[in-house]
Amino acid sequence: MSSEKRSLFARATIAIPFLWLAVFFLLPFLIVFKISLSDDAVAQPPYVPALSFSEGWAALREKLALLDAENYAFVLSDWLYVYSYMQSLLLAGIATAILVLVGYPVAYAIVRSPRGLRPVLLLLVILPFFTSFLIRVYAWIGILSREGLLNQSLLSLGLVSQPLEILSTNIAVVIGMVYSYFPFMVLPLYAVLERMDDSLLEAAADLGATPAQAFWRVTVPVSVPGIVAGALLCFIPAVGEFVIPDLLGGSDTQMIGRTVWNEFAVNRSWSVSSALAILILLVLLVPILIYQRMQLRELESR
Amino acid sequence: MAMRKGLSPVTLTALAGGIAFLYIPLFLLVIYSFNDSRLVTVWGGWSTRWYQALPQNQALMDAAWVSLKVAAVAATLATILGTLAALALVRAGTFRGRTLFAGLVYAPLVMPEVITGLALLLLFVAIDFDRGFWTVALAHVTFTMCFVAVIVQSRLLTFDHSLEEAALDLGATPLRAFFSVTLPVIFPAVAAGWLLAFTLSLDDLVIANFTAGPGNTTLPMRIYSQVRLGVTPEVNAISTVFIVVITAVVLAASLAMKWQQGKAEGR
Repeated sequence: MSSEKRSLFARATIAIPFLWLAVFFLLPFLIVFKISLSDDAVAQPPYVPALSFSEGWAALREKLALLDAENYAFVLSDWLYVYSYMQSLLLAGIATAILVLVGYPVAYAIVRSPRGLRPVLLLLVILPFFTSFLIRVYAWIGILSREGLLNQSLLSLGLVSQPLEILSTNIAVVIGMVYSYFPFMVLPLYAVLERMDDSLLEAAADLGATPAQAFWRVTVPVSVPGIVAGALLCFIPAVGEFVIPDLLGGSDTQMIGRTVWNEFAVNRSWSVSSALAILILLVLLVPILIYQRMQLRELESR
Repeated sequence: MAMRKGLSPVTLTALAGGIAFLYIPLFLLVIYSFNDSRLVTVWGGWSTRWYQALPQNQALMDAAWVSLKVAAVAATLATILGTLAALALVRAGTFRGRTLFAGLVYAPLVMPEVITGLALLLLFVAIDFDRGFWTVALAHVTFTMCFVAVIVQSRLLTFDHSLEEAALDLGATPLRAFFSVTLPVIFPAVAAGWLLAFTLSLDDLVIANFTAGPGNTTLPMRIYSQVRLGVTPEVNAISTVFIVVITAVVLAASLAMKWQQGKAEGR
């Protein structure tokens, strides 16, 4: 379809979702950015300046001059906030690395399964994703708590003499992340492994490679796009995770998603929480752009 | 080649381990919802008392009703918008702002919910839109439509464009060609998109927490406030109901799609 004779219908397919996302996704971020440059105030809304076009350009310009970056300076000079960012990146990174290690064999095994069984196995992996995220995280509280099922079985088997303290630690947070994001890792890996050309491995075998060599030197390199896609799909949302650190973490778990929420709901500082959110976006900008580029390339390649 | 086909003991173990890891926590949750004891870690015999108590929990029932309404409205709007977005990405060729548009479609898929929720709340405050049913529904439309777009997009990519062109050559308007040729073919993907949007909306806690007004507490918000007080058999029971309903719907939908597909291939 050439762009000159694009029909009214085709134009509507572009305009309607574009407009929606501009109003409900792009515009909100501009507002967050603006508020991150504002100051808190005891008012409704609780920040100044509140921009409005009704007072004319001169008033608007005057108010724009009140915007400054002091929230950013405040956030970056406070060790607690910086620690919060570091911890989020670290825990999400550890969880993503574990996800690659446990997700890869599962995706590989599904591809190796009999053809008729593959959709069933895939459905088994996806199904928990459809059931509630909250419920899946909640299920781990009963397992990991001090009197929980894990400690009960370990104690009765005599493997430990004292209950393990897992709940309310960062270990529990990582377990929760690995569990919750598991399907996001398996699906992209499955997609690349399934598309892989079998003749590559035959060629490797003909050239004298052992199955293990063929795996490490052919299969793994071919699946790198899947690994990257899966890792990004898990890592980016995990950095800003709120529910998992809140339910499974302890008092020293100060992941940034929780900090944003506390700053907003408990401290009622909209401007600081906006600055924190913008800083998360800056940290995640590169991975998000890589992810989008991969999606777009996938779209063009077919 | 024989050497790489089939499952070796190692891959079989990985598969079994992965599936067990996914299902054991849910399985335990379901078992303990039938526990007679109020102490969730002590087994007190089988009982359905927590299920019998559920309908009496008015706050929980109200929240479930709010969630179902929000999810139905949001999924329907998201399916329309998401399908249009997929058509724009796959069919409309290049247009000005296409990269930005694609970015806007893909970004909400990975955007941390806390940020999306905060941003939408600040939008609603800035335009003086009172928080209530519609703020949650609009927020849910926005993030779920992108999931619909991705599902429909992957179906459109494998769909033979020439069918549609034939209809256009025969004098159908683009709108007519869409409804009589394209939509029937991509319908399973559109339906899957609706189902995914519905469950995502039903499941969302964080965005709803930011955007819901008083009196519009959704089910996850209600469950969350109970969960924060600790593990209770009531929460296990409502969770089990949730899991069973969603599982039944997803299984029924995938069977229906398989049946449809089989019928289409058999023709």
